[in-house]
Amino acid sequence: MKRNSWQEYQKDVADDGYYYLRSCIRQNFFPGSEKAFIRILREELGRDLYDDPAHTSCTGIGYHSDVVPHQTIMTVVARQFALAAEAGYENLAVSCITSFGVYTETLETWREFPEVEEKVREDLYRATGRELRKPKNVSHASDIIFHHREAIRQRAKYPLVNRRTGEPLRGVEHIGCHYAKIFPKEGIGGVEFPYVLAGMIESWGGEVVDYPERRHCCGFGFRNYIVQANRGFSIANSQKKFESMAPYKPDFIVTNCPGCPMFLDRWQYTIAEIEGTTYGEDGKGIPVLTYEELAGLVLGYDPWELGLQMHQVDVEPLLNKMGTEYDPAAKYLMPNGKYIGRPEPAMVNLGAE
Amino acid sequence: MGKEVIVVGGGIAGMQAALSLRERGAEPVIVERAERLGGKLAGWHKLFPTFTPAEEVLGPLRRRVEEAGIRVLTGTEVEELVPGGVVVSGGRRLAGDATVVCSGFELFDARLKEEYGYGIYDNVFTTVDVERMFNEGRVATAQGAAPRRIAFLHCVGSRDEKVGAHHCSRVCCITGVKQAIEMKELFPAAEIYNFYMDIRMFGPGYEELYRRAQLDYHINFVRGRISEASQTIDGRVQIKAEDTLVGRPLKMTVDMLVLIVGMKGGASNGSFARSGGLQVAGNGFMQPLDPFAGNVLSQRDDVFYAGTVTAPKNIGESLNEGVAVAERVAGYLKL
Repeated sequence: MKRNSWQEYQKDVADDGYYYLRSCIRQNFFPGSEKAFIRILREELGRDLYDDPAHTSCTGIGYHSDVVPHQTIMTVVARQFALAAEAGYENLAVSCITSFGVYTETLETWREFPEVEEKVREDLYRATGRELRKPKNVSHASDIIFHHREAIRQRAKYPLVNRRTGEPLRGVEHIGCHYAKIFPKEGIGGVEFPYVLAGMIESWGGEVVDYPERRHCCGFGFRNYIVQANRGFSIANSQKKFESMAPYKPDFIVTNCPGCPMFLDRWQYTIAEIEGTTYGEDGKGIPVLTYEELAGLVLGYDPWELGLQMHQVDVEPLLNKMGTEYDPAAKYLMPNGKYIGRPEPAMVNLGAE
Repeated sequence: MGKEVIVVGGGIAGMQAALSLRERGAEPVIVERAERLGGKLAGWHKLFPTFTPAEEVLGPLRRRVEEAGIRVLTGTEVEELVPGGVVVSGGRRLAGDATVVCSGFELFDARLKEEYGYGIYDNVFTTVDVERMFNEGRVATAQGAAPRRIAFLHCVGSRDEKVGAHHCSRVCCITGVKQAIEMKELFPAAEIYNFYMDIRMFGPGYEELYRRAQLDYHINFVRGRISEASQTIDGRVQIKAEDTLVGRPLKMTVDMLVLIVGMKGGASNGSFARSGGLQVAGNGFMQPLDPFAGNVLSQRDDVFYAGTVTAPKNIGESLNEGVAVAERVAGYLKL
């Protein structure tokens, strides 16, 4: 694709000294991803990253579901900022896309309405005795991996190349809505042709698939999913994307949002069960990864340490293409060797059988 | 020797202004940025609403300028206004007793509407590209095939807050109708869809052409803007829009998507205005002294306007201003 415009959308991403703001749901959905991010930053790249047990959920899900008022979430955000400053950090590394959207929206609100910032400052002090100090840089964790993508490439053990054919692996990239749709200037590559994940794929040897429903919703959408009666909309959205991307024969899907990989992964199982349709090669599903998982695989991390056994769609077809060494027998073993059980056989995970 | 008048821009308004000034005994000199006179019209094939070849308007104007012996400086750009004249590219000073600014408009850069993929997807075109294809005598998709379904999108870069353009470019609606008809004549079996917000048919014969487009040419007009375009696996263009008259979203795949690009004020209007104490309007075009009796006058006695430098206009209006401005310049110079 002649993706000319991405360089016009550049943002400053801090190079070092990150205060890590974790997601409230990602550790359940994809339990190895945040751990991999910390490992990559600290061990591979030698960067300073502070993982603070004192910070909380940003309450973004509550905010977008109309149960947390705006003033409340801004005060929660102010507390996170205060904690970072107290710890001596001015660069935020935000794990979750919704949190990233909440932080950027809050800062923009304060920029436009300084009186709101003053009110929040007072509320924070009254409630916690803390002083609001705003961060210098707010980056999504995928921005930070993008920023360091060449350093990761230099350490790559398994580039995104089909080991057997030598061809680049074909990756679908899907960007979370709150990454750049609220403020296009906050996203690398902007909102229409975002480059944050595409840049990782290209840097690590793969090829990006552009397909007609690339911009379509993954199927999460708070009201599509949290309101149970709307879940048909959720799966219909995901299905529309799968139908559109399948002819391009992607080897994997990579995402930068908590919700997108969850739904693009789980709904493949559900669609297979309901309709008997699968979208990957040989009647299997298309493996769905977070960007930390993808980076971890490129760096040669053990797929089970990355938590890839927790995916509904088996990742083994991708591992085999990359030439990743892994122990199939260790897939469902805890690090201490305890067997955690395995899912019932299904169309999208027959690869494990 | 008569009074010297600098005419900035050699499009149709500039040429007509120079001719009218010459008739009144002035010594006009046309300063044109391009290598040839003609302005934007030089790239056009046929004109709405009569399908008159653009050359039938342009050719006689060029010929008359030549026959009148009007001095023409092509490949020369006017950079600033100075007392008693202008400074042109290279820092050279050109003296004149009055200046008529006919520097026209710029076309909206369709790449700024990123969601339509112009410059990224091969089968997304602009109205300018289509005129070029008409002129070259070969209209085809990027794959070289005859299009079977074509979508036109109106108001690209006009009436769009997102790109900072609140104004209506006026002539694009009828251009879209004209090109849709021309496409239908070239490809009678093709389905043609025009996506619009409003259809604004302000000129004589425009509304009638719009009606013929529907009744005689069966062009489909859909009230709703396209939200995004994407490329399909076979290189066609998938578009999404809302048909607001039936209140439903729609998705279709077309062989060609044509973006009907609007007009915008010249990028150098601001610096030019600052150099000479002129005013730029909020829409980026030059601000005439007043919109009624003084629409070819500027804030300075010795500087005048004609054509699309002050607002989007059609060819007839631009030519009329070329005639009118000569009257005003003559009054000022006591010709």
